[in-house]
Parts: sequence; C-alpha cells; structure tokens
Amino acid sequence: MMRALFLSLLMISLLSASAFAVEPGEKLSDPALESRARTLSKELRCLVCQNQSIDDSEAELAGDLRQIVRERLTAGDTDQEVLDYIVARYGDFVLLRPPFEAATLILWFGPFAVIFFGLAGLFFAFRRQGSSESAQILDSDEQTRVARLLNEEGGPR
Amino acid sequence: MIAELGHFALVLALAVALVQMVVPMIGAHRGDKAMMAVASKAALAQFVLVGFSFVVLVNAFVTSDFSVSLVANNSHSTKPLIYKISGVWANHEGSMVLWVLILSLYGALVALFGANLPDALRARVLSVQASIGVAFIGFILITSNPFLRIVPPPFEGNGLNPLLQDPGLAFHPPFLYAGYVGLSMAFSFAIAALIEGRVDASWARWVRPWTLGAWTALTIGIAMGSWWAYYTLGWGGFWFWDPVENASLMPWIVATALLHSAIVAEKRGALKSWTILLAIFAFSLSLIGTFLVRSGVLNSVHAFASDPLRGVVILGIISFFIGGALALYGWRAPKLKAEGLFAPMSREGALIINNLLLSAAGAAVFIGTLYPLFLDAMDGPKITVGAPFFNMTFVPIMVPLMLLVPLGPYLGWKRADLVAALERLMAAGALAVLVCLAILGFASRAPWLAALGMGLATWLVVGAFSELTSRIVLFSSPLSVSLRKARHLPRAQWGMAFAHGGLGIVVAGIVGMTAWQHELVTALKVGESATVGQYELTLEKVGMREGPNFEALVGVVGVKKDGKDLGFMLPEKRRFPVERQEKTEAAIRTNGFADLYVVIGEDNGQGAYTVRAYVNNFAPWIWGGAIIMAFGGLISLTDRRYRVGAPARAKRLAQPQAAE
Repeated sequence: MMRALFLSLLMISLLSASAFAVEPGEKLSDPALESRARTLSKELRCLVCQNQSIDDSEAELAGDLRQIVRERLTAGDTDQEVLDYIVARYGDFVLLRPPFEAATLILWFGPFAVIFFGLAGLFFAFRRQGSSESAQILDSDEQTRVARLLNEEGGPR
Repeated sequence: MIAELGHFALVLALAVALVQMVVPMIGAHRGDKAMMAVASKAALAQFVLVGFSFVVLVNAFVTSDFSVSLVANNSHSTKPLIYKISGVWANHEGSMVLWVLILSLYGALVALFGANLPDALRARVLSVQASIGVAFIGFILITSNPFLRIVPPPFEGNGLNPLLQDPGLAFHPPFLYAGYVGLSMAFSFAIAALIEGRVDASWARWVRPWTLGAWTALTIGIAMGSWWAYYTLGWGGFWFWDPVENASLMPWIVATALLHSAIVAEKRGALKSWTILLAIFAFSLSLIGTFLVRSGVLNSVHAFASDPLRGVVILGIISFFIGGALALYGWRAPKLKAEGLFAPMSREGALIINNLLLSAAGAAVFIGTLYPLFLDAMDGPKITVGAPFFNMTFVPIMVPLMLLVPLGPYLGWKRADLVAALERLMAAGALAVLVCLAILGFASRAPWLAALGMGLATWLVVGAFSELTSRIVLFSSPLSVSLRKARHLPRAQWGMAFAHGGLGIVVAGIVGMTAWQHELVTALKVGESATVGQYELTLEKVGMREGPNFEALVGVVGVKKDGKDLGFMLPEKRRFPVERQEKTEAAIRTNGFADLYVVIGEDNGQGAYTVRAYVNNFAPWIWGGAIIMAFGGLISLTDRRYRVGAPARAKRLAQPQAAE
C-alpha cells in the first residue's frame, strides 16, 4: 500500500516521460562498451525518481544520463572517469553507492559496529558468567543423573 | 446520512478506547476485578464500532457516493467492484481506518481468546493496546476525516491510480497492515510486562503466536508487493531498496529476531529483557514505517512541510510511544531477573548470534534508509543510498546468518556439541558443495558468486529438512514408522523446517535470477522476430482492446523454442482515460523454474514497437519461497502448545464426567 501510494506519486511525475528504460535506439553497437554502460547505469541515480537507477528508470532525464554515459565511454573514458564526469555535474547525490567520507562513516560502518559491539558485549558477559558460575551448567548426562537421583529420592510412583 | 453515522461511530470508538485505556489500568493496579473486566467488553465494543465505521466507508465506495470527498477523489463509477473496495485503503484516510480496524480486531481477539491469561495482565495488555487506538483514532478524526462531504457532489469521481488497480496490490495493504499492527500485540504485552515487572514462561508463550501471526502476514504482504513490482513496473526487477520497501522490511527483520529470542525466553527463561526490547523495537519500526510513508518526508525533508499537521501529529505519536516505551524499559527492565545460564556454544548462544546478525542487518537497512534524510535535515551533503550500498552491507551480514541457520536446531540447550551437530549436517554440506562444483563445472555464464549462492541455498533447504528426516528416521526404518513419527512431530518443528527451507528457496531465486537473466531490448515491426535465451519471439500482430475502464495496446507475440510452437503471449500497454495514465501489463509465461517475461511499448514512429523480453531463471522461486516461509509460519501457529486455552477448556469439560 505504502509503496504503492508512493510509486503512484512517482509514476505521476513520470507521466510525461516515454516508454522504457534503455531504449533500443540508445544501445551501442560495441557489446563490450554497451555492457560497461549498463553496469555503470546501475550505479547512477535517476535524479527525478526515488532510488531508481538510470538503468531502470523511464524518465527523460535518466535517458539523457544514459546517453552521456555512452558518449563518454565511446570517447574513451574509463569507468571511473565517466562517474567523475557525471558527479562533477550533478554532485554525489547522483551516486547510488555513496562515497566514503567523513559524513558517511556512520553509514558505512554503523551496521558492522553493531556486530562488533554486540560480540564484545557477549564476550565480556560470558567471561563474567564463566568466572563466577560455570559450575552450575549441567550437560544432558548430568541432568538425567540428577533427574534419576531425585526420582529415587521420591520413591517409585 | 450514512457517512455521518460512520463518522459518529468512529467518535464513539475513540470514547470507548479512552475508557479501555484508563479504567482497566487503574483496576489492575488496585486489584479491582470489576474495573479490569471493563477491558474485554470495551475491546469488543471498540472493534464493533470501528468495524461499523469501516463498513460504512466501504459502502460509500461500492455505491460510488461522490458526495463523500474521499470517494470522489479516489473512485470512479466504471471501476470494477474489487477495485472500488480496494480503493478504500488506497488513500491516506481510508488506509488509516483499515489500520485502526486491524488494531481493534487484535484487541478483540485478546478479549475473546485470552480467558486463560491472568486477569491483571489481560487488563494491562488491553489498556496499552487501547492507548495506541486512542492515538490513531484521534489522529484520523483530527487530521484525516474520511467521511468529509463535498458540496455540491460531483457527478463522477477522479478514479484510482491505475497502478493500484491490480489484484496483487488490492490485497497487499491488508496483509502488510495485519503484520505491522500485529506487532502492536507484542508491544502491548511487553509494556504490560514492564508495568507488572514480571516476565514468565507463560508471557513468552503468549507473545510468540502473536509475533508469529504478524510475521506471517508481513511475509505475505512483502512478497505480494515485490511480486507486483515485478510484473507491473515492466523491467523485471523485484526489489529496489527504496525507502517504502525498506519501511516494511525493517519490522520484518526485527520480528524475525523477536520470534527467535521469544523461544529462548519461553523455553529457558533467558534473554527476557532483550525480548521485551525487541518487541518495543519491532512495533516502533512499524510506526516509523507509517511515519516515513505518511508524512511525505521521504521525497525530501522539506516536503514534510507540505502537510505539516499530519506529519507533526504522527511524529508526536511515534515519539510518545517509542520514547515512553524506552523510558519505561530503562526504568523497569533492570528489575527483571535473568535466569537460565548457558554456555556460549549452545542453542541459546546460536539464537543470540541470530539476533545479533539480524539486528545488524536491520541496522544496515535503518541507517541506509534514514541517514540520507538525517544528513539532509542537518544541512549536510545530499547523498543517495541505493542498491549497491545494500549489496555491500546487508548481504555480507545475511550470508553468515544463513550459513548458521541449519546448524541452530542441531545444537542442544545449555551446552552443545558442535562437532556432533556438524556431523549430522554432513549430507547437507556435501550436497551444497556438490551443487557448487556442478554449477562451476557445467553451467554456462557461472560467476563463482552465483555458484556459492546456489550452494548456500542448497545448504539451507537440505539442512532444514535433514533434521526432520532424522527425527522421523526416514530412510532407516519402514515408511509406516516414519509416517507415524511425522504425524506426531510437533507442528512447530514442521513450521521451522518450512520457514528455513523457504528461505533457501528465496536465496536460490534471487541468486539464479541475478546471475542467469537473459535480456532483449529491441524494436520490432509486425512480422519481425528476435531471440532471448532459447526462445524465439515474433511480433505477429498489434491491436487495440477495450477494457472496463481502460483501452489497451495489445501485442500478439508468438513464442517458439527449438522450432516448437509454444503459442502466444499478450503483453499490454493500458491507457486509463479517466486517470490519464498508462500502465504496462507484462505477459509472463512460467514453468516454475524460469519466467519468460515480455513487455510491449509504444510505436516508435517508424512502424516498429519497443519490445523488452527477459528470461528470468529461478525468478518464480523468490515468491514461491516466501510463500513457503509464510506457510511454515501458519503451520507453527497450529501447534497445540499455542492453543493455550485448549487444555483449560478441556479440563472444564471433563469435570462433570469426573463427578459421575
């Protein structure tokens, strides 16, 4: 529902745009270059859409960007040069994979920090428990022995 | 007149919810039975009132009563009946009514089936549940009245966005909401337990089925949404990591963690306060999901201002519930006594690792979704977080988790023997390696990542069911013995096997589709052919078709494989004149292992039509696997241990006989 509502809003904004992502006419004749263009397209954001890559988007602006990518590739740019060229014009906002920098440290390392601190917490918790009460843990053999002893004490039922 | 009755019922429901919030809580505090008894009656009354209000709204849509402004804005008289009904929740106001309807339904279920709960706990749970009701019914009445009239009423409505006129999407919201709101039960139980300062095994036994039910509904809802995106958006993707999707994925991840930690709390009495914290987080994320989507904050922080009242009120509600719950947690949780010692290598330990990794995965989605908004609000750089980010964070966290999934059930409680557990998983491991090698050796276009992914999927599926086969001594005893044992195995065991196995199938689907997709993008004139994968497609004819409320450009595409005729596929491009919008209708032909996916586009002006076609290998497994996971949840729900009421009722029935 929510995504639907949202997508519908998005679609309304795309209404003026034509047909599909990657038009047949846009494709490069050199398959190696075309496949590089497709890979790069997946890393770039369609600026007027929500989290769609220009590879997926049917918006006109996405088509223009696909065109630029292909022009730069045909001109002999490396993949990184193509990305730099586009970032220079549209800013980091155009990258679906945000760059590593001071402002994005939390973004990139946050999830792994959860694991690190979680494991550290567990380590200390177990060490504390281990030093004080490890003797209390019974394995299954010990448990059955305890159960048997208790049963004997209570007498046969 | 009828619409006003609906509005009035909603106002009454608010009043009843207020009573349900206040009276039982005081009653539980004083030990006053009469006051506590108010809870159940109020919960039922609230459900009836909200239900009435909802029915009135549905009626307005079905009868196309355009004097109600919501109907005029979101419906049209030519719309098929099913979409008139689904139109009720395809807008802000109506979807909020559905939200509180489900909320009050859950409350009514506790009232009906909670007879064996301790009186005080039931009263407190229903009171907390009512407080959520008060907040949201109040929100609807103050900011989003669905029953507003317009004068003069228009002759015809504005219609409904065509993208929403779709069977997959018509029932997507009710499932999603059943999941979101279902987590409110876990939340209410958690708050009630904090207020009581007591968490025992029976508490956890009650929380598990509610969480399981919510999780199952959420699984189905998310799968439906993803399936809809797959066949509607026209390029065969199934998950876009867009914030609205993430909003539903976050509660799912935390609910999954909660399901597992509640097992430890029930069986071993450990992890109690962590389980309570997860219950709070799970519902908080549902609320945040509602906020994200409802406030417009996603498009831009500044769009938030476009409807400031709604956004601010929802933000207020969220801050109150999350902040209040966490404060209560900080105050009361330290008083909960930890029990159940265990060694690190044990099932408890494994479930903690499960929770840790799920929390980290949830954090990846949470940070990835909200951090750009945060940076923007702080006037920091504008950044985008898209699929490549999640592939680099979410996936590396999920892979170790999935490696551990089959192992967990083999570990004993308290202290486990890792080597013994691994020995029993030898078959699964060997098969996984075999699949891996076979793909590397034989399949064309096999990146090693895809081979590893398929190996992981095999490990999950075989691992999930090898525990079952060993429990029912399949292969090593007569079939009749195995069948008898299978019948007597607890349903929860079956449920777990299906849920874990289904996960494996989802993984296979995602890996297979990503690695072995064939794509064709071309322009075809009538009579021309092109090939995609092993299929030869011919554009035989293009025509127009009249639908009930649209007209469609239909491509007749002949399909051949190895020279053999396989019939026609009929992709459509629908134009909805009322809404002045277009919608792609992909033609999909599936054999259960791969989809042939064909989409037709506009005439390019030179007599040719854009045709996009994909062979999506393993794609059906993505949703098939999700449905199997949900099926596992359903089977688990029927486990007799959850029918806590059953033994009590049976005893009551048995008593007169004993007296004879």
